[in-house]
Amino acid sequence: MNDGAITVTDLTKRFGDFTAVDAISFEVARGEIFGFLGANGAGKTTAMRMLCGLSKPTSGRATVAGFDIARQAEQVKRRIGYMSQRFSLYGDLTVRENLRLFGGIYGMKPARIAEKSGRMLSELGLGAERDTLVKSLPLGWKQRLAFSVAIFHEPAVVFLDEPTGGVDPVTRRGFWELIYAAAGRGITVFATTHYMDEAEYCDRVSMMVDGRIEALDTPAALRAAHRAATMDDVFQQLARRAKRVSGC
Amino acid sequence: MKQFAAFVKKEFRHILRDRRTLLILLGMPVAQILLFGFAITTEVRNARVAVWDPAPDVETRRVVERIDASPYFTVAERLGSPGDIDDVFRRGRAGLVVVFGPGPADEPDGGTGGAAIQLIADGTDPNQAVMLTNYATGIIASGAAAPPVEVRMLYNPQGRSAFNFVPGVMGLILMLICAMMTAIAIVREKETGTMEVLLASPVRPVYIILAKAVPYFVLSVANLATILLLAVFVLGVPVAGNLVWLVAVSLLFIFTALALGLLISTLVGNQMAAMLASGMGLMMPTMLLSGLIFPIESMPPPLQWLSCAVPARWYIEAVRRVMIQGVEVRFVLREIAILGGMALVFVAASLRNFKTRLS
Repeated sequence: MNDGAITVTDLTKRFGDFTAVDAISFEVARGEIFGFLGANGAGKTTAMRMLCGLSKPTSGRATVAGFDIARQAEQVKRRIGYMSQRFSLYGDLTVRENLRLFGGIYGMKPARIAEKSGRMLSELGLGAERDTLVKSLPLGWKQRLAFSVAIFHEPAVVFLDEPTGGVDPVTRRGFWELIYAAAGRGITVFATTHYMDEAEYCDRVSMMVDGRIEALDTPAALRAAHRAATMDDVFQQLARRAKRVSGC
Repeated sequence: MKQFAAFVKKEFRHILRDRRTLLILLGMPVAQILLFGFAITTEVRNARVAVWDPAPDVETRRVVERIDASPYFTVAERLGSPGDIDDVFRRGRAGLVVVFGPGPADEPDGGTGGAAIQLIADGTDPNQAVMLTNYATGIIASGAAAPPVEVRMLYNPQGRSAFNFVPGVMGLILMLICAMMTAIAIVREKETGTMEVLLASPVRPVYIILAKAVPYFVLSVANLATILLLAVFVLGVPVAGNLVWLVAVSLLFIFTALALGLLISTLVGNQMAAMLASGMGLMMPTMLLSGLIFPIESMPPPLQWLSCAVPARWYIEAVRRVMIQGVEVRFVLREIAILGGMALVFVAASLRNFKTRLS
């Protein structure tokens, strides 16, 4: 057992000769908002998939919510929420049916699902849309709903894979209010993102380049260390070191 | 178990909310059975016949009357000269011309190639031509003084093509719905990203897949019932054998097809590919190589070997035996064993692929 929400030690994933994730190590504390940054093909999605139990590590070890990801994948899966970069609710089910399905998947009792979804929907301002098919909601609302579904069962850690793709900064800001609220309740947030304004919202940020973590600190400390005005400059400086061709 | 029930409910919702697809799935068997049963038929019925009779007498007139009286033919016209024969075919006025020799019908004559009666058919459609001449030969011979040859068609005394098509359509429909729809449904979840969310949840992957198969299984059983009811009450094709075994063999085939759909879904990444793979990989072989349209025995050997890999071939064969011939189940054990074996191979291969993808 371990105090940190996520501990990663020399985690490595190889596909044949290609080392997608090269012996990365880091820790994320409980209730922390951790930004996991990197260019396309840097290996961040592969690393995240391993932490979620979607993919087995080649070597190294990691624990999530105190359980080993390789040997106790079931236990890990029970204690995490996951929001994929593609919108991941069922468009042809209503808001409430989606909540019932995902609540049921995590073993929540129907009464508890009903009580909790009523509260959650009114907090989101979606109370009137409970019987609307999800596909007819605007993208910003869908993403807020998807996040709320990912933390519906009160997981210890929630993994967000580029959660706010395709929406404007104002909507993104609104999304991050939800993330802060979740972190305030003790849920650890682990998010990948492309948007550098989002990186500023994180407690700590790691930068992945060619399968390795090149930098890890608070956004302010990273800016200071690289003498950069914005996180975007920091990212540019680090990403320039990449030797791999991006885009895979 | 509760999780599984929740999943099955969700899958039913997906299908029930997609009205158009549902309509196609339920309407297709009806349309196909009616099409094959009534429109696309290889039977000969009221085929038009022209007659060239240079020396009419009692005997030739009797032959013509017999042809006209049979349900297969209608004598459409009598020609004025042998030169009209070409014209008849070119204008499509008749499919068969009966030419009598100039002498009495029982005396061979050189003008008709040594025969008393000559049948001329349009060879551009050889199957049809052969069928017409066979029927006509039979009718002409039945009046001769020589002992007539008696022909009996076992299991299908009227020679109705529906007897052949019903098992074929069953194979086609069930293969299409089970394999193609299951493959597309699973691949759709991969494409939309919901599959990842499910895999990151504590639900066992086997449950996810099984839950996908359940509604299509139910749909297939509904289709099976529709096809059988239409076959019996509309087309008049009787279930000569044991209904229980017929259903049992069909359920086995449905299972095989579901397993095949599962296998396809593990091999392709998007709905388009799933559609193409099932369309080209399943529909075409099922149509062409299962014996549905072309008899397997008359295919060249390489195609015959290839047809052994088509599950529908064995199913259609079994249904023909059990449903039409009405034989006992021990005569179709080979087909059952092959279908069962295929199902096991498909399930094993897809489980292996599924695991590889995860690791």
